[in-house]
Amino acid sequence: MAKNHVTTTINGEPVEYLCETQQTLLDVLRDELQLTGSKEGCASGDCGACSVMVDGRLVCSCLVMGVEAEGKSIETIEGMADGDQLHPLQQKFLENAALQCGICTPGFLVAAKALLEKNPDPTETEVRYWLAGNLCRCTGYDKIIRSVLEVAEEAKGA
Amino acid sequence: MNGMRYEAPSSIDEASALLAGASGEARVLAGGTDLLVQLRSGMVAPELVVDVKNIEEMMTYSVNDGAYTIGAAVPSAQLHEDADLLGMWTGVVEAMDLVGSTQIQGRASLGGNLCNASPAADSVPAMIAAGAICNVAGPNGRREVPVEDICTGPGQTSLAKGEIVVSISLPKQAPRTGDAYLRFIPRTEMDIAVVGAGVCLSLDDSGTCTDARVSLGAVAPTALLVKECADALIGTKVDDAAMANLDAAARAAASPIDDKRGTVEFRTKVSGVLARRAAAIALERAGS
Ligand SMILES: Cc1cc2nc3c(=O)[nH]c(=O)nc-3n(C[C@H](O)[C@H](O)[C@H](O)COP(=O)(O)OP(=O)(O)OC[C@H]3O[C@@H](n4cnc5c(N)ncnc54)[C@H](O)[C@@H]3O)c2cc1C
Ligand code: FES
Ligand code: FES
Repeated sequence: MAKNHVTTTINGEPVEYLCETQQTLLDVLRDELQLTGSKEGCASGDCGACSVMVDGRLVCSCLVMGVEAEGKSIETIEGMADGDQLHPLQQKFLENAALQCGICTPGFLVAAKALLEKNPDPTETEVRYWLAGNLCRCTGYDKIIRSVLEVAEEAKGA
Repeated sequence: MNGMRYEAPSSIDEASALLAGASGEARVLAGGTDLLVQLRSGMVAPELVVDVKNIEEMMTYSVNDGAYTIGAAVPSAQLHEDADLLGMWTGVVEAMDLVGSTQIQGRASLGGNLCNASPAADSVPAMIAAGAICNVAGPNGRREVPVEDICTGPGQTSLAKGEIVVSISLPKQAPRTGDAYLRFIPRTEMDIAVVGAGVCLSLDDSGTCTDARVSLGAVAPTALLVKECADALIGTKVDDAAMANLDAAARAAASPIDDKRGTVEFRTKVSGVLARRAAAIALERAGS
């Protein structure tokens, strides 16, 4: 069967690829485009390690077909830092040691960035509910939640 | 999934013709939050997947003289962001907002939640209580189907080959109307309803209930529209006696399964409790 030809935009750059119909967007990002920052924790929408933005909406890339990216704008963890300049969330996660093995971290960062863009001053409860679809087996969440709240707080002062 | 074809037409007619013409199994793809999981696990192996998200009518919604027509594939997050819709049909929008996480909300649709035909689908009892109507299109034209007539059993619908739920209409509300949906889950997020209850009721100026619809989820093969529950409320001031009758009617209507998530006894009792609590919230919303 012929592969599907897809033209899309990833982190602001035009990208073309060929994919099988059965490949998910996560498979395409990792296996075809070597954008391995997005992780596969469950492949069933439960863990959020594969979180990306599609046309401005936070989604699980494991539940998006690769062919669906046609004409869309995709943002992944690889587009988060500005060159060597880390995003404030990335910087804060490092300072607070809000990660251990790091498998969940790209998903948390992409999801937290989406939250702060929509709601720059969230309550702790709002942060916890927004990130309920991101699972971490190592840190116990507190450092993650605190990092997001601190970034929001510092942005207010700036 | 080998050899599966993908099409993304931009009109209902094309989509319906593709589905009707498929030699093997064909599936609509809306948000994919059920379908992708089923494809990955091998539960379904369609020959054709028809993505309906390029069809404008399925991805937009409108309000006309107080009645909403919501594209069946509009992602839940978009519905929840609309303060007017949330204010009017709070129960329906909140029920859909219970589905999954933020990430799932970015894709999950009312049409997908309904057509996946899970007995525990959260938006379905809320839509049934609201009196929602599906606008269905197929090879033989269009028809209107009440939401409660779509699912016929777990994973089964009354849709014919080639038929698509294009949109869902929520009627114009009588002046003092409120709706609510509650579910019981063992956690606070990311879980499947053990019992769900949707209530929509209207009051006259004296506070007497003039109209009510009550629906229960996860306690039968499909979500139930329970007339006896509505009858317990209509003509009353939704006082303690009416609530007790509602509770009893809900318990009588529930015929749940026994599984690790809840026993028959537990689910039956919770049906009554949630019907009452949802009615109390709907009452408050109708009054305000
Ligand atoms: C992690 C996770 C958590 C979840 N939590 C919940 C939950 O709490 N409550 C709940 O109810 N559900 C839950 N779900 C299930 C799912 O997200 C919902 O049922 C969702 O609303 C499905 O919508 P969708 O647009 O993604 O449907 P899809 O997956 O695109 O479609 C579902 C089914 O309906 C058919 N279909 C879709 N649209 C149409 C249409 N317009 N006309 C005809 N057929 C159509 C498809 O062919 C498919 O068979 C969860 C799923 C995941 C992965
Ligand atoms: S890999 Fe996508 S949610 Fe877990
Ligand atoms: S740091 Fe290991 S899963 Fe979160």
